[in-house]
Amino acid sequence: MMNAIWGVTVILCIGYVLVGGKDAEGVANSLARSGEQAIALTLGLAGTVAFWSGINRIAEKAGLIKALARVFRPIFVILFPSLRSNEPILSLIVSNVCATLFGLGNAATPLGLEAMRVMQAGSLRKDTATDAMCTLIVLNTTGVTLFPATLVGIRLAAGSENPMAIIGVTLLASLAGLVVGLIADRALRRYFRP
Amino acid sequence: MIILIVCMVIVGAGLLRRVQVFEEFIEGARQGISTVVRLFPYILAMIIAVNLLQASGLLRLIEQSMGVLAEHVGMPKEVVPLAILRPLTGSGSLVVAQGILSTYGPDSFVGMVASAIQGSSDTTLYVITVYFGAIGVKKIRHSLLVGLLSDLVTVGAALLLTHHLYN
Repeated sequence: MMNAIWGVTVILCIGYVLVGGKDAEGVANSLARSGEQAIALTLGLAGTVAFWSGINRIAEKAGLIKALARVFRPIFVILFPSLRSNEPILSLIVSNVCATLFGLGNAATPLGLEAMRVMQAGSLRKDTATDAMCTLIVLNTTGVTLFPATLVGIRLAAGSENPMAIIGVTLLASLAGLVVGLIADRALRRYFRP
Repeated sequence: MIILIVCMVIVGAGLLRRVQVFEEFIEGARQGISTVVRLFPYILAMIIAVNLLQASGLLRLIEQSMGVLAEHVGMPKEVVPLAILRPLTGSGSLVVAQGILSTYGPDSFVGMVASAIQGSSDTTLYVITVYFGAIGVKKIRHSLLVGLLSDLVTVGAALLLTHHLYN
């Protein structure tokens, strides 16, 4: 799937430039700058991910994640029926979602990736997404956040009278997307059997 | 503020439970760095696609052709690029959102719609690329379809709510 999307995007864009007689030089330059931008983004990400991975490791060792997982466990057992008796993965997923909920995107990613890795280890087809992986993806792509810190930051910087006024709207809208996403995930999974 | 409290509670709980907080932090950070290093090629591939879309003018073409449609469903055409970029790139959409807020004002209707879209959705394509990419899963089944559908619902709900509250 990613092969098709990425490949077609690249071919379409370059084809459009060549056929449409666009500024090929400029496009080539922006293509050449991609590596540099990717390094900058990765480096920017590296520090925060390392920081939150370190903090998370302390939280995990202190038993905090386990305590949180116990509170939220019933919801996640319903969402991930196949992981009912798999405490380690459930805890990773719960803490991943909790981190997302508090707007700690960089803390959520390492936890989510670890959950994906463990789920893959228990799966027979290593190159195929399991039902549980797809549900975890839905929980992460909808980005339900109690406090969207970056957004409040740019609203404040742009001189908003009330930068936090939008929070109710963002929370409700992302919850709507989450509910529909979870229903669609359940409904569609049988049509996309590997 | 939240971040400070979270860090204090976690390190405090670690000390109470007699966790080797320093050693564990180092070990966690080490694992974090290796995760990011594995991630780099995927980030590069995403940036190439987004750069090509922007530089080729194809993104602007999509924007213009969808502008009329967008106005029909009550979406100001100024936020169309943001709605398109939001599922593709977090940093890209943040830059576009910032531009809209400073041009039209953060508390204007257009500014509120832009804020609602930026704040209520996540970068679906990026999440899918990173999560499946990091473990080498190639058959992603219905996840992209579901992700984009839920983005559509989120944007629709954001529009509905901002119209109801601020217009």
